[in-house]
Formats: sequence, C-alpha cells, structure tokens
Amino acid sequence: MGALMVIFSLQTKQRRKMTDSVEDELELSAARHRPEALEQLEAQTRFSRKELQILYRGFKNECPSGVVNEDTFKEIYSQFFPQGDASTYAHFLFDAFDTDHNGSVSFEDFVMGLSILLRGTVQEKLNWAFNLYDINKDGYITKEEMLDIIKSIYDMMGKCTYPTLKEETPRQHVEIFFQKMDKNRDGVVTIDEFIDCCQNDENIMKSMQLFENVI
Amino acid sequence: MAAGVAAWLPFARAAAIGWMPVANLPMPVAPTNKNKHQDEIIILNVSGRRFQTWRNTLDRYPDTLLGSSEKEFFFNEETREYFFDRDPDVFRSILNFYRTGKLHYPRYECISAYDEELSFFGIIPEIISDCCYEEYKDRKRENIERLMDDLEDKKDSKLPNMTFRETMWRAFENPHTSTMALVFYYVTGFFIAISVTTNVIETVPCSSMPNQRDVPCGERYTEAFFCMDTACVMIFTVEYLMRLFAAPSRYRFMRSVMSIIDVVAILPYYIGLVMTNNEDVSGAFVTLRVFRVFRIFKFSRHSQGLRILGYTLKSCASELGFLLFSLTMAIIIFATVMFYAEKGSSSTKFTSIPASFWYTIVTMTTLGYGDMVPKTIAGKIFGSICSLSGVLVIALPVPVIVSNFSRIYHQNQRADKRRAQKVQKARLARMRISKSGSSSAVLHSKRNGLNQSLELTGSLEEDQQLKKTTSLLESQHHHLLHCLEKTTNHEFVDERLYEQGYLQTALQNFPSQSPSLSSEEGITGTCCSRRTKKNIQALSATHSHTHNLQELSALHIQCGEQHPLNTRLALSVSTEGVSTCKLHIWSIISNQALISVK
Repeated sequence: MGALMVIFSLQTKQRRKMTDSVEDELELSAARHRPEALEQLEAQTRFSRKELQILYRGFKNECPSGVVNEDTFKEIYSQFFPQGDASTYAHFLFDAFDTDHNGSVSFEDFVMGLSILLRGTVQEKLNWAFNLYDINKDGYITKEEMLDIIKSIYDMMGKCTYPTLKEETPRQHVEIFFQKMDKNRDGVVTIDEFIDCCQNDENIMKSMQLFENVI
Repeated sequence: MAAGVAAWLPFARAAAIGWMPVANLPMPVAPTNKNKHQDEIIILNVSGRRFQTWRNTLDRYPDTLLGSSEKEFFFNEETREYFFDRDPDVFRSILNFYRTGKLHYPRYECISAYDEELSFFGIIPEIISDCCYEEYKDRKRENIERLMDDLEDKKDSKLPNMTFRETMWRAFENPHTSTMALVFYYVTGFFIAISVTTNVIETVPCSSMPNQRDVPCGERYTEAFFCMDTACVMIFTVEYLMRLFAAPSRYRFMRSVMSIIDVVAILPYYIGLVMTNNEDVSGAFVTLRVFRVFRIFKFSRHSQGLRILGYTLKSCASELGFLLFSLTMAIIIFATVMFYAEKGSSSTKFTSIPASFWYTIVTMTTLGYGDMVPKTIAGKIFGSICSLSGVLVIALPVPVIVSNFSRIYHQNQRADKRRAQKVQKARLARMRISKSGSSSAVLHSKRNGLNQSLELTGSLEEDQQLKKTTSLLESQHHHLLHCLEKTTNHEFVDERLYEQGYLQTALQNFPSQSPSLSSEEGITGTCCSRRTKKNIQALSATHSHTHNLQELSALHIQCGEQHPLNTRLALSVSTEGVSTCKLHIWSIISNQALISVK
C-alpha cells in the first residue's frame, strides 16, 4: 500500500516536470530570436557590413532577447521626448516598422525600416511616410487618420509650449495638410496625390535629405 | 538620457522623417559628425587588469572622468593605454555602467570604498539603479549611524562647556558617565527596593503574643513603617524635583511615562498626610495605598529589558486587543450554551450567564478549579468542547508577542515603512530630476542660441565653434527636438514662461468682451488657476465696494514662488447674474505690490 502511494506520487511528479520543461522550452523559444546572417541582411538592405554590426550591437544591448515588443518600443521612444507623451506616435511607428504585423519588431524589421529611411530613394521614403499615416493600411489617408497622427505629434510637445496649444491647432494643421495634398477634393489622400504633392514642395524635399548621414 | 537608448538615437532621428510631410516650416540643419574616424577600441589598464571597450561607449557620459578629456591625464604613451591605479573589482561595475546605462552596487563591496571609487570616476551615487539602490542606501545609513555612534561615545567622554543643568540631565540619563551619577543610580535603586519590600512586609501577620489575634506587622509597628515610608518618599520626591529641574524640556518631561509613574508613586503618601483628619474617606485612603506598588515600575529606569517589554506590549496592542475581543466572543458563546444546558439540572451553580463566565474562563485557560462543574450530559459535552477550543485560543497570543519582541530587536516595521516611503519618494524625485535635466538641457542650449544658428539658411562656420560645448549625442538629440518644434510650429518653454504666457493669452481673450465665467474656468492645470479663481472671488467682493477700478494699482499674485515675478499679469473678472457690474480688466505692473492675495 505504501509502495503504491510512493510510485503514484513519483509518477505525478515526473509528469509535472515533463510538462513544465516543455512549457519552459516553448516560452524560451518565443522570447528569443536570432536574426538572419550578416550576408543576407547586407544583400537585403543598403547598409554596409560595419554599419550593420554597429546597428545590431545597439539593438541587442537594449533588447537582449532579440525582439522589441510594443511596450519596450514605447518606453525607448519616450525617453527622447521628456516633456510630452510620445506613446501614441510610438504606437504608429511600431505599426509602421512591424511589417509582418506579428506584434514584435525583430532586427530584420528594424534594419529594413532604417534602410528605407536613411538610404532609400525619395520615392521610397515618401512611400514609407504614407504607410505611416495610413493607419488602417487601406491605401487612403482620411481626415480622421491624419488628425490622429497630428494629435500624437502634438502630444509629444507636451503642455509647456509657446504659443500655448489650443484645441483646434491639430485640426487646423490637418486642414492645411489636406488643402495642400488633396488635389481632387474627395476628402482622402491617395498615394499618388501624396507623392506628387511632396515632390513639388521644396521644403519637404530638402527635409527628406536631412538625415542622410545619421549612421 | 540613458546610455542604452543612446544607441537608438539614430533610429529616433530616422523616424523623424515621418514628420516631414506634415511640417509647414523648413527644418534646421543637422549637426554633422565631424569625427568620422572609425570607432576604435581603447584599453583601460586598471592596476594590471586590462579592460577594453569602444571609445563611443565611454563617450556616452561626457561629464564623468572616462567620458571627458580628463582621462587623457592617465594616458600612457609607451603602452598606448590608459592606466588607473585603482581597484579593478569596483571598476568592473563602473565600466558596466557605461555599457548598460545602469550602475549596480555589489553587495560584497565595502560602502566607503565604493563611494570613493565613484567619486574618483566622477559618477554621482544617485544614479544607482533601482535594483541596488535600496541596499546601497541601507549600508550607507548604517555606516553613518556607526560613525555617529562613535562620535557620541567620543562626545560622552568630555564636553567642556555644559551648563550645570545639562550635566545633571546627562548624569540622570547615562549613569555610567560619572561616579556621582552611579552613586545616585544605586541609591535610588536601593530605596525603591526598600520601599517595595516594606509595602509587602506591612501586610504579613506577625503575632505579638501566641494567644492574641494575628495582626499585620503594619499595624503593630506603625511608627517604624511610617518612618520608612517617609524616608523613601522624601528620596523619591527629591529625585523627581531634581529631574524636573534638569530636564531640557520640562513640559515634555512631565508628559513622559516615567515621570507619571514617579508622581503616582509618591502621591498616595501626600494624600494620606492630608486625609488622616477625615474618617469617612479612610476607605479611599486605603485604596490609594495600592498605588504604592507602582513604585516597582520605577525599576524600569534601571532595566533595559523591562523597557523593551513595555514597548513590545505597546506595539502589539492592536493584536492583543483583537485577541481579547475574540476571546470575549468565545466566552460569551460558551457561557450562554452552558447556562442553557445546565438550566434543567437541580441545585446547579450556573445560576446566570454572567455566573457561567467564570466557568468558561477557568475552563478555557485549562485552569479547571472545579468549583463549578456541569452535571448534565449536554453540559459535559459542551464543557469539553469549551476546554478543547480554549487550548487552541490560548496558544494564539504567545507567537504574537514573541514575534513582536523579535521585531523590535531587528528594526521594526515602522522604520522599514518609513524607509520604503523615503525610497519611493527618492526614486520618484530622481526620475523627475533626470527628466527635467534632459528637458532643461534642451532649453539651456536653446537659450544659448545654439539652435538659432543651425537654421537651414544659416552659416555653418559659427556652429562649428559652438558645438564644442555640447557632446555630439546631445546636439543630435536637440536637433531632433528642434525638428519637432518646427513641425508643430510651437516651441518648448519651461514652466514659468508657460504660465506667464498663459496669463497673457487670458489678457488677449478679454477684448472680445465675452463675459462668461467658463472662459476663466479654461484656466486649469496651472498653479495659478486656483489662485486666480480665488482672486476673482475676492476682487469681485471688493469691486462691489469700489467703483473706480483704477485705484487698485497693483496685484501681486504669488504663483508658488516667494519672490515677485517681473511680469505683466492680467486678471479678467466677470460677474454673473443681475449685478450691474460690468467687465473690467486690471492691468498691473508688479513693481508696486500693494495687495498680495493668497
């Protein structure tokens, strides 16, 4: 009778241990991510080997597990804007970087995005910006989407600004934007209208070249 | 800005491209990275152990020794490495700080050695990360306390300029300081013992003659006992008066527990002196003599353990109170049950429920005197349940008191909570400081006109000179924030300017002649808002008395600062309803501060 009890307890313990280890392994594999090889990334992006090395070292330092989830992303981005609230804009950025929409930004996503932003043609950059503004990714920027984006940018400024932020400032900004961009006055901005208009605007063209030498 | 996220600055700057199509103004020029040399590995030789790291890693913190040009003083030309003659073990944590942005405090390290290393390398201890900060603060506090104890011991040895009163007080509090104090200590102790012993012996019957009734010794040798009592009380009174005289704060001394015990100990004697004339209150006089036993509590000055016991009981008063409450509930329940169980049987001792209380208490505490026993079967059953549950309940108070006792020895919870609160407050303060530090750095560089010269159309020569003042990382960060300002066409300002500007817009709102109080309620979120609202009410009250508003020439609104702001403050007041008062504005220059409204 006692032997039966002992055997029974041992078995349950073993089974528990097995299931535990399987669960642990699953958890572990979900949390880690190793990027593709350096050569592959070199081929896919416009960065040199050295630049990729520097980028990866910085990335891995901040996210040892190899992936960034949205909360970490928001935290990191908020550190650059101490006066305001950068979480909404960080959310939009995260969606723009997370191209396969799996909820986390891996190093490949990160580096692809940066390659477009820093080394891409003007066309690609404008494409990326359009993708950022188009929150539901349906190919059209509506006034509500633009209002959300602009509000999030103003949120980053915080409260203590000069002149003081009023309620209608973001809305006015959206109006100006739509007046400039929406050529056929249909209430939405398509990608062609957007690219056309930006290419004709000297200020925007100049500012697109601003961050060429960031790396 | 933490070091780790410094690696993400290029990403943040690249993401700023997202603002460009939305911006209406031209963007400022980006700071150029003139040192285009490849990132090199530098060697730090710390007492023979070589550490290697990237130069960029050290440059993250330019206000420390390793991040600034101060390390060039330690550069060894022959070996092309930086040599520091310091502790290599502590240097490990310091270098990790540069790498990860978090400074850790290793537990095995001595606190003063660690502090010295930190100050050598120019790192302030406040940036120790949260995981190690509490430990660090604990050790530091212990160290400081130890130093203060040492100081106190040294202080006890000799202090030349103390008044007679202070010497006396010190003699009373620390008997080991001087021989006189020691003598006094032992004399009072002796007399307390004598007094207590006489009180006890007074009641012992000592027979004078074998066939006479036994009388207590107190009544046989009345005079002798009276003399002893008088002597003791005189000593106690003198002692009390001396303590009262020497106490630094007499009021506080009179409120302290020990002095109350002293007073209670000697008062019966004096009351007895007064009251021997009245015969009817002699009963009360006898009762008062009971209080003489409180003299034994005077021993607590002589015994540390007694004091701790008293403090323990005081500190676990709530637990004991709860225990008493639950015991009372149990007693009432069992007493009721026993009463009704035993009601039927004849000649029962359980005459009423209060009478059953005695049985329940005796049974629950497992005393079992046997003066009251249940006779019915139901009574016996419930009686046994009562005694079993009593065993359980009585076992409860002991661990409570024991745990409290040990708690007091190992720094009780109140001190921990205080420390935790301070830690939390300090942590929040540190986060605020770091946040305000980075934002104030931006504003500081703005005021220096650094960014002004970095306009797209500006010249590039001057900014090369100005750039030496800030590190490349900082200037890049400031450029990023400047781009944001251009995108939104608003500027960053600090709190003070913000509030000034806010009140100015309130002034601008006035000319529209829209007299709604809701526009004033729009002034929210600033510290001035509540005060301006109060001002509105105060001024509208005064306004009803004065017609000529120009008489009120100055109003000094204190926005949380004690020194007057040199600003033009505007206050617009409106009155609702049927009052005939119209809208007015007071435009006030703060040079003449006549009225300060709080």
